[in-house]
Amino acid sequence: MRVLYFAWLRERIGAAAEEIDPGDAATAGDLVARLSAAEPRYAAAFADMAAVRVAVDQEMGDLATPIAGAREVAFFPPVTGG
Amino acid sequence: MSVSVQREDFDIAAEMARLTAADRDIGAVVSFTGLVREMTAEGPIAAMELEHYPGMTERALEAIVAEARGRWPLQGVRVIHRYGPLAPGDRIVLVLTASRHRQAAFEAAEFLMDYLKTRAPFWKKQTRGAESRWVDARETDDSAAGRWKG
Repeated sequence: MRVLYFAWLRERIGAAAEEIDPGDAATAGDLVARLSAAEPRYAAAFADMAAVRVAVDQEMGDLATPIAGAREVAFFPPVTGG
Repeated sequence: MSVSVQREDFDIAAEMARLTAADRDIGAVVSFTGLVREMTAEGPIAAMELEHYPGMTERALEAIVAEARGRWPLQGVRVIHRYGPLAPGDRIVLVLTASRHRQAAFEAAEFLMDYLKTRAPFWKKQTRGAESRWVDARETDDSAAGRWKG
């Protein structure tokens, strides 16, 4: 599964995109927990989940969104365009 | 093509001419242009970088345009949003709406900007001197988008 990070999440994790084996993670929130348990840089980036937004296959979702079969999961801060 | 996400600047007059050229029923065109403001609460900025999510950004903008077209009788819509390095005074975003009468064009342009600010995946990073900082999302943007619900 391709996992993408944007803005300060990208900077804190130190990667824009990576291939990740989701293991038994069923939701985006499960994936966050799996990554955070694996390495401190993820735990630090995901410390304040109120400031993190999720998209699954380029559609806005949330931590409860299922990721089974998804090609792409993205994590980013609240958007600030316009 | 109603949506473009691009690094380059845009020409407002040329875009407006293209939007209205084929349709003599258009009686109103509303144009909104967003610019990079130099002064912020934390002081003047020297530069700004706009990051986006290629693919999802275009999809999100197209969905917002489709929603506006469902709500108002529009003859045409054009949205251009830039990304990459920008300087104070640079154009960031263009929204054009065309309709038979002005009310639909005015309201749809405002709706498009309110929704774009809360739904399109863009992130601004401002540089002041040696310091660069990501811009926080504003609650006022959420409440502006919220007034179109219902």
